[in-house]
Amino acid sequence: MKILTGNDLRSGAVVWWNGSGWSLFVDDAVDAGDDSEEILAREEAARRVNVPYAIDASIDAGGHVRPAHIKDRVRALGPTVRRDLAVPTADKTGWDWVI
Amino acid sequence: MVESRDLGTSPDEVQFRFRDDEPVDHGTVTVDSCCDQTNATAVRIEPGDDARLLLPFLDRLALVEVNFPSFTDGRGYSAARILREAGYTGELRAVGDVLIDQLSHMLRCGFDSFAPDKRLDEGDAARAFATWDNVYQRAADTRRTIADKRHEA
Amino acid sequence: MYQYDSYDQAMVDARVEEFRDQARRRMEGRLTEDQFKPLRLMNGLYLQLHAYMLRVAIPYGTLNARQMEALADIAEKYDRGYGHFTTRQNIQYNWIRLEDAADALADLARHEMHAIQTSGNCIRNISADHFAGAAVDEVTDPRPYAELLRQWSSFHPEFTYLPRKFKFCVIASAKDRAAMRLHDIGIRIVQNAAGETGAQFYVGGGMGRTPMIAPLVRDFVPIDQLITYAEACLRVYNRYGRRDNKYKARIKILVHELGAAEYTRQVEEEFAHLLSVGVEPPREELARIAEYFAPPTFRHPSESWDLEQLQSKAAGDPSLRWDDGFGLWVRRNTHPHRAPGYVSAVISLKPVGGIPGDATADQMRIVARLAREYSFDELRVMHTQNLLLPHVRIADLPVIWAALDAAGLAAPNMDTIEDIIACPGLDYCSLANARSIPLAQRISERFAESGRTEVVGELKLKISGCINACGHHHAGHIGILGVDRKGTENYQLSLGGSEAEDVSLAKITGPGFDEDGVIAAVETVTDVYLDARTDGERFIDTYRRIGMEPFKEALYG
Ligand code: HEM
Ligand code: SF4
Repeated sequence: MKILTGNDLRSGAVVWWNGSGWSLFVDDAVDAGDDSEEILAREEAARRVNVPYAIDASIDAGGHVRPAHIKDRVRALGPTVRRDLAVPTADKTGWDWVI
Repeated sequence: MVESRDLGTSPDEVQFRFRDDEPVDHGTVTVDSCCDQTNATAVRIEPGDDARLLLPFLDRLALVEVNFPSFTDGRGYSAARILREAGYTGELRAVGDVLIDQLSHMLRCGFDSFAPDKRLDEGDAARAFATWDNVYQRAADTRRTIADKRHEA
Repeated sequence: MYQYDSYDQAMVDARVEEFRDQARRRMEGRLTEDQFKPLRLMNGLYLQLHAYMLRVAIPYGTLNARQMEALADIAEKYDRGYGHFTTRQNIQYNWIRLEDAADALADLARHEMHAIQTSGNCIRNISADHFAGAAVDEVTDPRPYAELLRQWSSFHPEFTYLPRKFKFCVIASAKDRAAMRLHDIGIRIVQNAAGETGAQFYVGGGMGRTPMIAPLVRDFVPIDQLITYAEACLRVYNRYGRRDNKYKARIKILVHELGAAEYTRQVEEEFAHLLSVGVEPPREELARIAEYFAPPTFRHPSESWDLEQLQSKAAGDPSLRWDDGFGLWVRRNTHPHRAPGYVSAVISLKPVGGIPGDATADQMRIVARLAREYSFDELRVMHTQNLLLPHVRIADLPVIWAALDAAGLAAPNMDTIEDIIACPGLDYCSLANARSIPLAQRISERFAESGRTEVVGELKLKISGCINACGHHHAGHIGILGVDRKGTENYQLSLGGSEAEDVSLAKITGPGFDEDGVIAAVETVTDVYLDARTDGERFIDTYRRIGMEPFKEALYG
């Protein structure tokens, strides 16, 4: 599936499109499918999010959203070397698939 | 040979001008043409042109336009200073992708007129021209630098 | 240390307010990201993987205790309690909010610091020998020249839209502790036979995807023509540097394509012209700056100890653990000082298993206190991502060590395989192919646990997460480069680089490795070295003597 991500304009935080707004948690990401381009243009113009883009992702057996590229997996969780700074509710199994 | 009105900007495209003389309003030519013909008084420098080719003709030139196709291409700043360092006193016009945040640097490099592709907000531009009460380096303007001021008797 | 006068202060204050206005226009939607990006970059604000990142300039790596405390406060107030010291003697904060960025810059300005020109295609923060003003072997303190260059390059009207970024480095000794020849312009301050001071100009070095060692362009520029010569070098580059391809836009490519002789000819011509124009600051300005760098008043040697006295006093004190604690740290982490009874003391930011270059706010405050009490209120950021107390009395070393040890800052590993330079890599950087930090952590643990660090001795290991080479891998005795191999992390190993006065570029060993593989490979190459070395040979010496083949043989069989 295609999910949308970017950085919040004011805070810079990594955010994910949840169908009606932007969430800090990758598990909230929804399949934006064919609407990707339109949502991205609209949201960028609305100044809520910085340079948003669409990426490939899948849903694993546990129901977690898993971005396809390693870079977005790191973005979803936080630096692998500072797990104490991880995105607060990132699921604990995340570290097993990030790399 | 390229010698059309289209090449240069016309006086009404100039948004800011810090000179009292009448602006030139006739055929602006390329650097190549300028070197070949003896009567051109207005010339346009593109980023890849060597401004020094114009040095023998400075006396007859009244307008030099320096084109900035993209604000990130800074060659025009050197072209401007080179002309001023050689004693050029005619109009030096920055044209093209000229934006607010470049104005103060352009002024320091010797530009005295500005014809931006997109007209700039007058208030923002006035603030930009006035940026830097003081400056660190010598440039084409005649401003005394911070170091000069520090050491004046 | 240099102190701002009202002019310098007004410049940075004005810049903060200008940025505050730009950030507001961005948040109000009056600027698009395309328009805002170059403006924020001019103020050191990047957008990285997780957040905005702020890069703060520490000119020539020198700062005082109050400034270090201000950096600690910023880490706590606007970030997550830590900062990352870089190879270019800057500090980076990883979690700055755009809403707070102007306030953080204002706090910096209050303490005579800024983030100006730490990004963008302009002249960047000027780096210098981190032992400046302390080293026994320097001709003079290079920092006044670096400060003169800093002022000249700040808001330079002609050189703000160069083809690409531009980095200066200034040293003043035959030894090179600052990778001088791997900069766009490396300057060595020298004295000629007549005792006059001048500058050697090396132009066109750099790392990145096309590493090059800068050739000597001018052997002696009289010191009162330093700025004029720099201006000539830059003007030729601004006019003729390539702008058609971002990867060929650095000055090293221009110098390489023209040839050093032709580039030099053009510079000399421009130089002669600029001398007639008169762009040099007044002579007195250098003298004014130099006064700020006057050496502190060192105490008489009789009030300190020499290293032998230190050993005889400290060896008997069990709390100091002479053999593997304090004494080891003194042997490894102190550097000879020009004043008898003094040394420079390296504060390692490379604890075994730690993140190279990271320091917490509390650690920054402890270091600041030590600088205030024991080092004439002076600190340095080293290009090896460590900190330095430049002027400490040998007699004070036991207390200093104890305070550092308690704060986790006393790793005795300067210039060993644990003293790894590593860029942020895929843990933080949006350009990365692979992570750098975990490799550094695991390698330092592996060598510390097996006790091989001591056996191997001086070995400079440098890791970059992508071809941009922020981790200097081309210049490592051992270099590691992260590459992307079909979506997984992969690492290329290279050998034989050096950024010191024996500068050389490392060569790739062969096919890459995965994470475990490259750690094993590092062990393998150190095995080859230990087997082959003769007395007193460092890894790099052995490599140069025996060449790549034996290492390749051991790695790929
Ligand atoms: C995380 C944000 C960073 C980004 C986006 C970044 C980006 C880059 C890029 C694109 C280059 C290549 C430039 C070129 O060759 O044209 C480069 C080179 C370099 N960077 Fe970084 N860098 C980052 C962090 C760092 C850090 C943390 C350090 C110090 C540890 C550093 C020090 C350097 C050095 C020394 C070079 C190579 C020397 C040179 O040829 O200029 N950078 N960086
Ligand atoms: S080398 Fe690459 S991965 Fe490392 S900091 Fe530089 S740009 Fe990022």
